[in-house]
Amino acid sequence: MPPETMPHQTLSEKSFLEDTAKALKDPQLRRNFKRAMSGLVAKRRNVFPNASEFEGLREQASAVRRKTLSRLPELLELLEFNCERNGIRVHWAETTEEANRIVLDIANEAEVRLAVKGKSMVSEEMGLNAFLEEHGIEAIESDLGEYIIQVDKELPSHIIMPAIHKNLEEISKLFQEKVDSNSTSETAEEMTATARKILRKKFHDADMGLSGVNFAVAETGTLCLVENEGNGRFCTTLPKIHVALMGIEKVVESLQDLPPLLTTLTGSATGQPITTYFNMISGPRREGEKDGPHEVHLVLLDNGRSKMYEDELLRETLLCIRCGACMNHCPVYTRIGGHAYNTVYPGPIGKILTPQIKGIENAGYLANASSLCGACVEVCPVQIPITEILLRLRHNWTHQNKKRHWTDKNRLELLIWNGWKQVFSKPGLYRIQAGLLGRLGNLLPKQTPILSRWARFRSLPRFSKKSLHRLVEEEGIDHE
Amino acid sequence: MSESVSQRSRIMKRLTTIHSRSQFAEFRPMKQPNPPSWTLKEKISRLKSTMEAVHTEVLLCNDLDFSSVFQRVVEEKGIGRLLYARNTALGSQIYLMKERTPNKLPELATYDESIENWKEQLFSVDASVTETRGGIAETGSLILWPTEEEPRLMSLVPPIHLAVLKAETIHHNFSEVIQKEKWSEQMPTNALLISGPSKTADIEQTLVYGVHGPSQLVVFVIQSN
Ligand code: SF4
Repeated sequence: MPPETMPHQTLSEKSFLEDTAKALKDPQLRRNFKRAMSGLVAKRRNVFPNASEFEGLREQASAVRRKTLSRLPELLELLEFNCERNGIRVHWAETTEEANRIVLDIANEAEVRLAVKGKSMVSEEMGLNAFLEEHGIEAIESDLGEYIIQVDKELPSHIIMPAIHKNLEEISKLFQEKVDSNSTSETAEEMTATARKILRKKFHDADMGLSGVNFAVAETGTLCLVENEGNGRFCTTLPKIHVALMGIEKVVESLQDLPPLLTTLTGSATGQPITTYFNMISGPRREGEKDGPHEVHLVLLDNGRSKMYEDELLRETLLCIRCGACMNHCPVYTRIGGHAYNTVYPGPIGKILTPQIKGIENAGYLANASSLCGACVEVCPVQIPITEILLRLRHNWTHQNKKRHWTDKNRLELLIWNGWKQVFSKPGLYRIQAGLLGRLGNLLPKQTPILSRWARFRSLPRFSKKSLHRLVEEEGIDHE
Repeated sequence: MSESVSQRSRIMKRLTTIHSRSQFAEFRPMKQPNPPSWTLKEKISRLKSTMEAVHTEVLLCNDLDFSSVFQRVVEEKGIGRLLYARNTALGSQIYLMKERTPNKLPELATYDESIENWKEQLFSVDASVTETRGGIAETGSLILWPTEEEPRLMSLVPPIHLAVLKAETIHHNFSEVIQKEKWSEQMPTNALLISGPSKTADIEQTLVYGVHGPSQLVVFVIQSN
């Protein structure tokens, strides 16, 4: 397929606002998301029924991740050392272009034509599929959700459940149109069986397997993958070459760090006590072994992460284990869905990650798309202060250049805040204002300048005739 | 790979510079919560119920009745061609079973060539049977360290996976087994936790078993008499 038909992210505040408005007016999309998100929220609640137990668990998971950050350079060197000792070749990439180039070189050297892929958000970050396609290498997604959106040339709308925006009929139609015209697949079972058949053939034929990495253990040089389907095991076992892609933050010190991370990851992501497979890879096929890849490569990608590492607060973004719980619980994400963001990472984690990867000047506006309700912070298994980071990014965005700060828009804002300050610091003025609003406030039409902007998506509040002061004077305070 | 080398040094230099001038909160090692102390019976029943909740068949047997239970399952499932490893303890047992009562067991296949020469065969067997290294009660998991005899793909490609688990190798939780067996000193090329048959919920969150890996997992838990 020609590269321009491949999905890619577009960063623009204007299109973000337009797509948000469009998504809000699409009842089918909203139903799909609402249903899916409530399902995931309920499942998570069932697996962590006890709040204090969950707190204990996430204390542990968070401590493990914080330990990683406090020793990041050293652990990366240790990981590299132990991987190489195990026969895993380690490559470093500062940018996604460089990472793509590394994968392509490995593929070309082995004359790879077909690659099968397990789920990897880093590969989405790289736009790897499109890049390989341009260079004549077919890369097939094998996670069922990723496969569905690849067939429909879309971006994932959720980091754990990439095809969550589609319902059964939509997928069934897609299968008939694009996968198998004879397909009469209608149920989830039938479609899964169809995909199994097609993808088994791909696993069988592929020369290269690509995968992400959930955790990489420095002390043993072990790459860990968490999955339910078994496609990840296929990609990392059957083809003669396995290339694993990971962000530099994914390292942990020891095997003992894995259990709390694994439990919080699977519980937060899909409400499972554990996934079907936990796959720990510590090297290519050894002498005498009958299967496993002959070569294992690990690509360590920076892409802005070392920059995040600089700042004490922003650094906490690197604690993330990509569980997706923040999006499942986000009132904004649940309503607008994943695609409106037009980014690889949607939802709360995307709002803090994307501006830092792509630059505040290009993507800072994303930090505004939050009510700061803090639902994400409450569920985040590694205790990332997402709202604090959002505030910092908003600050940085507003102050990115002084000129912007003094635009008309902000002069108006200043004027309003100054007026507010006057009224609230002078009791006389305050009383006059309260009295006026009480009597006339409800007569203000929605079109009143300034107010109209606020009222565009909201209903106006009703003012009470009597102020709180008056009510207290009249009725006293009920101390019960 | 000289490109990658210079990228490595740039990334590492940035990280070490930042690290050297940053303050990091003292990392206090968290005390691992004590593993529960279940009896063997409790461990077995926890493993059984947790695995059954995700569509796994768990059969309790002992040394004496294993053969008959095994033969019954193989027959019920209509397995035509069964992959097994000849040179394991389990393998010899199955081999003997087949010698003694040839018509009670299906045709046996062994994975005795490297995958490059055995792919077609592997993709056409109906089921495989493997040993396991242990189990985990808390999460209902099997521990497999694939070997030359029982390679990695044996528990993945055939549509039915039959796994034999010795009851006394069931641990409380993952953390306990890593520590007790000193995994950090002896990690194999591939170690697996398997907690049910392959599954997906990617289509409208509908749970479907058997997407890429086995659609059926049967665990024979053997309690020694
Ligand atoms: S920010 Fe927290 S909740 Fe969101 S994906 Fe990352 S770890 Fe999960």
